[in-house]
Amino acid sequence: MMASSYNAKEEDGHNSGASNNGGAGVVKSKKPDNTAFKQQRLPAWQPILTAGTVLPAFFVIGLIFIPIGIGLFVSSNNIKEFEIDYTGVDINNPCYNCAKNFSWNSTTPCVCSVPFTLEQPFESNVFMYYGLSNFYQNHRRYVKSRDDSQLNGDQSALKNPSKECEPYRTSEGQPIAPCGAIANSLFNDTLELYHIDSNGTRNTIPLVKKGIAWWTDKHVKFRNPGGNNNLTVAFQGTSKPVNWRKPVYELDPSDPENNGFINEDFIVWMRTAALPTFRKLYRIIQKKSSTTPTLPSGKYLLEITYNYPVLSFDGRKRMILSTISWMGGKNPFLGIAYITVGSICFFLGVVLLIIHHKYDTRNNSPDIPN
Amino acid sequence: MAREGEDPGMAKASKVKRQRKKKPKENKTRTVHANILYDNAKGEENPNRNYANNKIKTTKYTVLSFLPKNLFEQFHRFANVYFVFIALLNFVPVVNAFQPELALAPVVFILSVTAIKDLWEDYRRHRSDQEINHMDCLVYSRAERRYVERYWKEVRVGDFIRLRCNEILPADVLLLSSSDPDRLCHIETATLDGETNLKQRQVVRSFFDLDCDFDPLKYNGIIECEKPNNDLNRFRGYIIHQSGRRDALYKENLLLRGCTIRNTEEAVGIVIYAGHETKAMLNNNGPRYKRSKLERQMNVHVFWCVIILLVMCLFAAVGHGLWMFQYGDKRPVFDVLSPEGTDLSPIMSAIYLFLTMIIVFQVLIPISLFVSIEIVKICQVYFIHQDMDLYDEETDSHLQCRALNITEDLGQMQYIFSDKTGTLTENKMVFRRCTVAGVEYSHDANARRLAMYQEMDSEEEDCTSHSGTLPRRDSVTSHQSARVVLRSQSTKSHRRTGSRAEAKRASILSKHTAFSSPMEKDITPDPQLLDKVNECSSQMDFMRFHSQPMSQLPSDLADIIDFFIALTICNTVVVSSPNQPRQKVRMRFELKSPVKTIEDFIKRFTPSRLTSGSNSSSSSSLITNRSSNRGCSSLLSSPSAESTLTKLDEEQPPRGLEHSFGPVPPCYNGKAWNLEDGELRYEAESPDEAALVYAARAYKCSLVGRLPDQVTVELPHLGKLSFELLHTLGFDSTRKRMSVVVRHPLTDQITVYTKGADSAIMDLIKPPDTGKRQIKIVSRTQNYLNLYAADGLRTLCIAKKILSKEQYACWLQHHLQAETAIQGREELLFDSALRLETNLQLLGATGIEDRLQDGVPETIASLRMAGLQIWVLTGDKQETAVNIAYACKLLDPEEEILTLNADSQEACALLLEESLHYIQAKFLCSSTDQAAKAFHSNFAPFEIYPSSSPSSSSHTTPFTVLRLGLVIDGRTLAYALDKSLEDKFLAVARSCRSVLCCRSTPLQKSMVVKLVRNKLKVMTLAIGDGANDVSMIQVADVGVGISGQEGMQAVMASDFALPRFRYLQKLLLVHGHWCYSRLANMILYFFYKNAMFVALIFWYQFYCGFSGSAMIDQWYLIFFNLMFSAFPQLITGTLDKDVSAETLQQLPQLYVNGQNSEEYKPYMFWMNMIDAFYQSLVCFFIPYFAYADSDVDLFTWGTPITTLALFTILVHLGIETKTWTWMNWLSIAFSTALFFTVALCYNASCPTCYTPSNPYWTMQRLLQDPLFYLLCVITPVAALLLNLFFKVLVQVPFSSGGQMKLREPVSLFSEPTRWR
Repeated sequence: MMASSYNAKEEDGHNSGASNNGGAGVVKSKKPDNTAFKQQRLPAWQPILTAGTVLPAFFVIGLIFIPIGIGLFVSSNNIKEFEIDYTGVDINNPCYNCAKNFSWNSTTPCVCSVPFTLEQPFESNVFMYYGLSNFYQNHRRYVKSRDDSQLNGDQSALKNPSKECEPYRTSEGQPIAPCGAIANSLFNDTLELYHIDSNGTRNTIPLVKKGIAWWTDKHVKFRNPGGNNNLTVAFQGTSKPVNWRKPVYELDPSDPENNGFINEDFIVWMRTAALPTFRKLYRIIQKKSSTTPTLPSGKYLLEITYNYPVLSFDGRKRMILSTISWMGGKNPFLGIAYITVGSICFFLGVVLLIIHHKYDTRNNSPDIPN
Repeated sequence: MAREGEDPGMAKASKVKRQRKKKPKENKTRTVHANILYDNAKGEENPNRNYANNKIKTTKYTVLSFLPKNLFEQFHRFANVYFVFIALLNFVPVVNAFQPELALAPVVFILSVTAIKDLWEDYRRHRSDQEINHMDCLVYSRAERRYVERYWKEVRVGDFIRLRCNEILPADVLLLSSSDPDRLCHIETATLDGETNLKQRQVVRSFFDLDCDFDPLKYNGIIECEKPNNDLNRFRGYIIHQSGRRDALYKENLLLRGCTIRNTEEAVGIVIYAGHETKAMLNNNGPRYKRSKLERQMNVHVFWCVIILLVMCLFAAVGHGLWMFQYGDKRPVFDVLSPEGTDLSPIMSAIYLFLTMIIVFQVLIPISLFVSIEIVKICQVYFIHQDMDLYDEETDSHLQCRALNITEDLGQMQYIFSDKTGTLTENKMVFRRCTVAGVEYSHDANARRLAMYQEMDSEEEDCTSHSGTLPRRDSVTSHQSARVVLRSQSTKSHRRTGSRAEAKRASILSKHTAFSSPMEKDITPDPQLLDKVNECSSQMDFMRFHSQPMSQLPSDLADIIDFFIALTICNTVVVSSPNQPRQKVRMRFELKSPVKTIEDFIKRFTPSRLTSGSNSSSSSSLITNRSSNRGCSSLLSSPSAESTLTKLDEEQPPRGLEHSFGPVPPCYNGKAWNLEDGELRYEAESPDEAALVYAARAYKCSLVGRLPDQVTVELPHLGKLSFELLHTLGFDSTRKRMSVVVRHPLTDQITVYTKGADSAIMDLIKPPDTGKRQIKIVSRTQNYLNLYAADGLRTLCIAKKILSKEQYACWLQHHLQAETAIQGREELLFDSALRLETNLQLLGATGIEDRLQDGVPETIASLRMAGLQIWVLTGDKQETAVNIAYACKLLDPEEEILTLNADSQEACALLLEESLHYIQAKFLCSSTDQAAKAFHSNFAPFEIYPSSSPSSSSHTTPFTVLRLGLVIDGRTLAYALDKSLEDKFLAVARSCRSVLCCRSTPLQKSMVVKLVRNKLKVMTLAIGDGANDVSMIQVADVGVGISGQEGMQAVMASDFALPRFRYLQKLLLVHGHWCYSRLANMILYFFYKNAMFVALIFWYQFYCGFSGSAMIDQWYLIFFNLMFSAFPQLITGTLDKDVSAETLQQLPQLYVNGQNSEEYKPYMFWMNMIDAFYQSLVCFFIPYFAYADSDVDLFTWGTPITTLALFTILVHLGIETKTWTWMNWLSIAFSTALFFTVALCYNASCPTCYTPSNPYWTMQRLLQDPLFYLLCVITPVAALLLNLFFKVLVQVPFSSGGQMKLREPVSLFSEPTRWR
């Protein structure tokens, strides 16, 4: 049925010599068109996968990949990174006490200081991250537990958050703003960094908190309800998330551009991490002058307002200082991967070359016995 | 066309409805009253009201029922139910994985595509129904007392209908009146069975004698007939008149819906079956649905995919349970409580998660696979249709794919069962030789002429071929050969005017006449025989003139004239004229009624005989006097040179037929025959008949007219003789003969002429005690018959019998009883025929050649090289079949032939046992024999038989194909097919290189196919052209019909219809191979693609606490299969060519690939799965490590993974693709572009939508990230490196000089990197 419908498509491409037999009229022929497409004779490239034809490709890939890999590896190695775990599992850790006694319900903040030493100076801008391990921010129900409309400043969603936020949707009869499990579990440790110079004085290192979130998040996705004028009024009739100490409009009272839903720490947290071990940008330490390093080598002190409990799920908290290059943070893997794949290609190319010389002597004219 | 598409299920449903309607009247017959007796056709009292009306409705749906009904039908496919189930599962909040609306999208898409397709088809059916229902016809109206125009749909059972010439019949109509003086009506049944010859239908006997016009008001009969059924060739019933008289009704009285009235100005009939109950509609079966072997294998693997899916889900569920368990009572912040705020136990979460995972992993069961396969198959069918090499210019037809879903089976055939006549041969019968009264007439000149035809065929249009014919003239001095030259030249000159194609086109135009090729019309008579015929007829003329009894004629001469009379009249040939292609030639003279007695005859024709006797000059006809004079003067002399000229004169342009109807009395001195010569066309039901009639005409014994009760024959000197046709006992395959009973006009004897297969006739010849001459004739004829058979000719015996009036009367009485019997009529008629056809007197025999079609030996040779076993199943006699088999290289003169002819079951068993031993012995000795070793090494590359046949495990005997041919006849076959012997028979048959079954009935043919198919578990293909092949075609895995000479039944039953046998080669070797390898590769690729994509999410579960989270955005996940990766694989699945068409045809061995299912083996599925899992590991872990411990968020990490998975999949397809056309490049570029376009638009469209991924500006940011590009480069390379390496490695012939693998033919047979 379908088949015969093709007849309609056929054109009469064959009536050249049909005016015979007393002009009986042109007989419409069913002869198929002699086109390359219909006769399946489209010009085609037929790559043939033999040792001989494939081995150049292997060599070329090898030759391209190995230099790229070396380049990547070198640039990754040039990145300076310092990491310090301040969870406080170990009894020697200054935060041990904080970690031990702390839970979500604690009201008084616990402060601990972790001293550390940078062996090498950090030259360019330094990015300060906090890192969490074993924290499944990618859990399916966790990822869903948010209301983007509410975060976008939608008034109706503010008062009536999405069902996805359950069970962090309402608290004591009032809608939670921001609702959902992600917001509820906002990372709320405060980290401060001091440089201890040679005579033992603590110099506060200025930490920039602007520009740590995606521009689009800050300006498009996240908005405060009713503009930024008076957040206290705007968030009236809503309740703070259960685990929070203070309501959302007091996240950063110092800067109205960084308060409420558009608080950048909050925005960064809301971008759920892909893997259970992750880091999130916390602050940026900007380079002051071209002559002095941003962070010269020496002694430093990390002061932590310890609010965030992770020990219950065997998690770890870290502070990371890192410079970045064009390809992001320190990660030698990609360089190694390029070198490895390039080497394997090269090796396989050699194997193929041997095979080609040893066995592939057919010269493309096989004698097939009939 | 639309009607053809009627769904079988629908037909069934309507049938059920009809049956329900009729329940109150559980009759075995249908009674039809005339509607004229009732006021209202639908009124309560009308007994016809329960019968279906003529409105047809082939649509499946109405506007209202479309949606529910279509959905209901679509949900019959299990996969659809499964996907809808999953989509609905998504609406359950606890387990949902995606936005529920989004998850519905693919299912809705697939369902709506199918629904739109169905709707469109149904609309077209509706349109064509409307068109048909609103055609006009004339129906008698009681109120207006005349025929009024009505729509077809308004016609009801019991209406009287007036039909005019060239009208199409609106319903099945019983013919009551015809304007034809003979009460005949001619119909063309091309729409029903494709046969273009006219068929005669007769007015019901009781209305035969009506002189005036039929008046419906006077009709008072009641018709009882069968219930509607789909047998086109059967109609039984009777009409009861008011007088109580019963008249039997036959199929000759019934005009079937869809036929066209021809040659009859007007006919009136009563509607018996209308609308869906007409035989034509009941015969409409929808397209056939077969499931291909590949699809069966695929379904197994779909099932495995389900199991893999369940295992993966189960694994994840257990993992999740354990993960939950390890936290114990300390609920971490990221483990969200249930919406009610309650704690979920690990076990409950695991159970919920199991369901969630089913949703997330649903992609593993490829939803688009089924749709894609359908699309690819339609494209394949399109390309097969478009192939110029499968187009036959002569008949302007190309290959038809009637079954759309088994194209790939064409590439996996192992056994071919072929019919002989019409399939291997042209079924264009050419009269070659004959023997009359024991004397052989070799027709050498004729043979030479035929040879020349063949030459011309091969020479195409060679202008210089004159020289080819001239030397012949020198060597042959007889007049006939001179004529041959002249004639062939005239043909040549005709050919020279145009191309060969043009000449062929001319033959197409003249093809209005069934079974008349120039070859069979153009017969050069044997001079000796021609002389004898002339002598004989002149003597008869003389005797008639002198009123001497005909019996004084020498018996051999009498035999000759009888022989030709039998050839002329013992058939069912209808005469027509080419000028008015569909007008019957009316050679009616002045007589209105058939001649009753010889006295009558003489009385009527004496004056004209005197006229012709005096001188032809008195005839004022426009016939060339010269030729008639010559005709008269050449009495008793051999034809002079002039007579050849007259022959040429006869070929002058046709004169108007009206001259022959003129007031001029017809002349009987052989004048008229040259008028008709070259003008009359014979339309025969079988090509043999036409060939014989043309042969007789060459001897001036020509058939000029046939009426139901009279045959007019024109004889030299005697002129037109009218034979009163008393009975025709038609041909049937059990009797294998036909007979006519006529009253001989010259002797007034009742004569039976019988024509039939020699085996059937020879047994019926009068016992030899009747005379030495007859014995001699019989034995000599038998010798010649054997000779003919050895030449591969089809033999027919001609016999006659003279009945005394008493004998005839006695037989007639019985016969009439048989004819009127309602029950067991067939058997009674058969017995009656047997009673008549005994004690025959043998006249002679004919040898007819059925030429092999072009390219048959080559096709068979290459199919055999392709590893196909070819069996020929024919109804022909053994000798003929064997010779044809030699001619078409099926049997090799060098090979031994086992002939199995047995008379009993025991003998057959013994024979089989012996042959088996013989084969084993031969095999054993040959395996040690050095020579045999050579033979084996010859076949080494494609020695597939021992290993490939899956059933070889059941047979312990080793089995190799030897150089043996097996010939078995029908009777032995019947024994061999018995349950007890079939295994032995198969064991013998499969060891033979070729098998030839002769004298087999249609049922046996299908039994053989079924046996081989079921016992050996092989793929079978049956090819045939006639009705006798239908059962075999239906049984085989793939049925191929030759749309040739013998109607359309085979084509109707087939899956593929070919114009010629030789096209089978390209169809199987090229298209079959391509279709198979394309589809097999596409299916494997599909499995790979889905597994690879789903596994990415599976690996992720280890890093998200088995929570069912997916890093791939739900949009990408759902549309990946449907959009992003769909086009390239469709293009490759449609266009890829692993080997070029030329190579495939040159090296048929490559076909073995498909026979052994080498493109799709179970291990390949698993290899693909392993490869998919490996590649997904690479695609997962390279981004994993690249982004480990970074600030990447879930979907910014997932999007690169999606992208590089897409790249990997596309590059993988690239490695699989063997030929790259611009379409492949385009499709890959399009896929990539589509993905990025969709991603960019999607990521820019809405900052708050699409929870939970909320991918706003993700892609845009990624495109600025160099890491993204670095990942996209390395991952596909790393993922496909090993795949490519192994692909190369597999092709390396490690044992150089050893056996080569044919698996990857490309590397072996085509030059590297060539542009074609």
